[in-house]
Amino acid sequence: MKGYNFAYLDEQTKRMIRRALLKAVAIPGHQVPFGSREMPLPYGWGTGGIQVTASILGPRDVLKVIDQGADDTTNAVSIRRFFAKTAGVRTTTATAEATVIQTRHRIPEKALRDDQIIVYQVPQPEPLWRLEPSRVETRRMHGLADYGLMHVKLYEDIARFGQVSISYDYPVMVNGRYLMSPSPIPAFDNPKMDMMPALQLFGAGREKRIYAIPPWTRVKSLDFDDHPFRAINAPHACGLCGATDAYLDEVVMDDHGGRLFVCSDTDHCAERRAAGHPGMGGTKEAAE
Amino acid sequence: MAYVAVKGGETAIDAAHAWLAEERRGDTATKPLSVAQVQEQLGRAVDRVMAEGSLYDRQLAALAIKQAQGDLIEAVFLLRAYRTTLPRFAHSKPVETDAMRIERRISAIFKDLPGGQVLGPTSDYTHRLLDFSLLDEDGAVACPPPVAGETEPMPRVSDILRYEGLLEADTAGPGDPGDLTREPLAFPAGRDVRLQALARGDEGFVLGLGYSTQRGYGGTHPFAGEIRMGEVSVEIEPAELGFVIDIGDLVLTECQMVTQFKGTKTVPPQFTRGYGLVFGFHERKAMAMALVDRAMRAAELGEDATAPAQDIEFVLYHCDNIEATGFVEHLKLPHYVDFQSELQNVRRMRAAAEAAE
Repeated sequence: MKGYNFAYLDEQTKRMIRRALLKAVAIPGHQVPFGSREMPLPYGWGTGGIQVTASILGPRDVLKVIDQGADDTTNAVSIRRFFAKTAGVRTTTATAEATVIQTRHRIPEKALRDDQIIVYQVPQPEPLWRLEPSRVETRRMHGLADYGLMHVKLYEDIARFGQVSISYDYPVMVNGRYLMSPSPIPAFDNPKMDMMPALQLFGAGREKRIYAIPPWTRVKSLDFDDHPFRAINAPHACGLCGATDAYLDEVVMDDHGGRLFVCSDTDHCAERRAAGHPGMGGTKEAAE
Repeated sequence: MAYVAVKGGETAIDAAHAWLAEERRGDTATKPLSVAQVQEQLGRAVDRVMAEGSLYDRQLAALAIKQAQGDLIEAVFLLRAYRTTLPRFAHSKPVETDAMRIERRISAIFKDLPGGQVLGPTSDYTHRLLDFSLLDEDGAVACPPPVAGETEPMPRVSDILRYEGLLEADTAGPGDPGDLTREPLAFPAGRDVRLQALARGDEGFVLGLGYSTQRGYGGTHPFAGEIRMGEVSVEIEPAELGFVIDIGDLVLTECQMVTQFKGTKTVPPQFTRGYGLVFGFHERKAMAMALVDRAMRAAELGEDATAPAQDIEFVLYHCDNIEATGFVEHLKLPHYVDFQSELQNVRRMRAAAEAAE
C-alpha cells in the first residue's frame, strides 16, 4: 500500500518483534514483554496477533484469518482485508492451503503441519489474572513456578461442583515449566496444542506480551490424576455435515427450543459437505 | 431446512462504512464543517486530543475530531495510530517552562508574587448561562484592547519557595527518560514513565482519581502552587550540527501542586510536589495529573500506599483510554464459541446437580 511498508509495520519494529518471538520460542510458554505499537485497529481486537503476523509474513505466504472458527465473521474479514491491502499477500479460507493462520478463539479441526504457523490473538496473556490481579506479583509467581494458587482453584471447583468449571481459556503447562493461557479457545481445542507440528505464536497487543510454543512441545491441560482433563462439546452431530468430532456452535432456529448444531470451523464443514457428508438438520427438542 | 451459514461479512462492512460516512456528513443542507473551523473554534477539544494522542499538531487533531464526528476518544485513537508510523528523527532538549511566554499564570498560595497573577483566557468566572446570541453569531467578537503591561519575568513559584529550602528540589531521573510508546511498561515504574502515562492518560480517569485523593483515598493536602499556560520553544541539538536550533513552539499547561510532608529522620519537614504538564490549554487535566503524580509518590516518601490513586500498577495499567476503550468494546465481537462452551458447561453442571438430588 502506498505510503506504508510491507505489512504495515516498519522494518525496525518487525525486527524488535522478531527478537521477542525468538526469545519466546526459546522459553516455551514464557511471556516476553515487547514494545507493542499502536495499531490502526482497536486494542482487544487482535492487535497482538496482527503485529506478530505482520512480522513473520513474507510476500509468498498464504494467509488465513479466522474468528470463532469462521473465515467470514466481521473481524476476521477486517483483519484479512488489512493484510490483503497492506501486504498484498494471497489469502485463503482453506486451512490446508495457508502458511500462516491467524486465529481468535479456535484451532482449526484439520491437523496443522510443520510448514504452517498459527498465530493466536490473546486478550489476556496472564493465566493467573483472575486469582491475582497484580502483574508484579504474577511475574514473581512465574519466576518461581509457584502455581499452587491455580491448583487450589481447580481443587475448589471439584469440591464445589464435582468438576472443573473452566470451559474456555483453560490453563495449560507448557514443556513442564510455564503455566500459560491458551487464549480463549474452548477447552475442546486444548489437546490440539500438545505436540503440534506447527509453530504456535501468541500476541497480546494491549498487554504487550508475546509467547510461543515451538513445534513438538508438550502442552498439558492442568488436572488431577483422579480428575483428568475432559474436553467439553455439545453432544450432537453437525446438522450440516454430520461431523461428530468437530467443535459445534449452537444456532437458535426459533423460540420453541429449536436448535441447529453446526461446525464452528466453517472450512472444515464446507469441505465435508463438498465430499458428500450429509447433515441431519436441526433439533426440535429443547436443548437441555 | 431454512438455515444457511451466515455469509456476507464483507458486504456488511462496506455498507456500514458507507452509512457511517453519510452520518458523519449529516444533513447536506448544512455547510460542511471545515478542519480550520474545528482547529480555531473547538480549541479545547483539539488540546485534549493532542494531549491524549501524544502528538502536537493542531490541524491533524482537528481533522481527527472531524473524522470521528466529535468522538474525542475515537479522535485520539486516529491520531495515535498515525503517530506510531512517524519516524523519530530527534529528541528535544527539555522545554523550559520558566521561559514560557505566559498567557495565564495563577498561584493559589501567594496573594501576589513577581510577575503577578494573570487570568488569561479563562472560563473560570463565567456564569454558566447558555449564550443564546451564539445561535446566530455574525462573526465579529468585541474584545477590549489588551492592557499594556510591562513584561516582567515570571519565576516559577516552585523556584521562589526553594530559596528558603522549604520545597524539595527538582530531581532528574537517571539516564534518558523512558518512552511508553516504544518500550513496554515495567515495574517499578520510574516517575518519568508515570508522568508520561498520566500526560497521555484519559482526562476523565485522571480527574476521577485526583478527586478521590481529595476525598480521603490517599489524601495529600494539596495547594495549587502555580498553574501557568503559554508558549514554549522546542529545541533540538542535532549531533551533526553541534548546536541548538529552535524547531517550533508548543502551548503547554503546567501545574505545580505543593503538598505537605512531615519529614523523616534524614529529611527535614518541607513541602513536596505533584507535577502536571500537558499539551495545550488543559488546566483540569494538568491539575488532576499533579494530584495523582503526588499520590503515586506515597511509597517513595514513606507513606502508606493504600488508596487506588497510590497504587502505581493500578493507575498506569488503567489510565489509557485507547487501551481501555478497545478492551471494553471488544466485548461486542463474537464470543459464541466461548459462550457455547460455557452453555455446555452449565448444562452439564445442572445435570450433575439434578442427578444428585
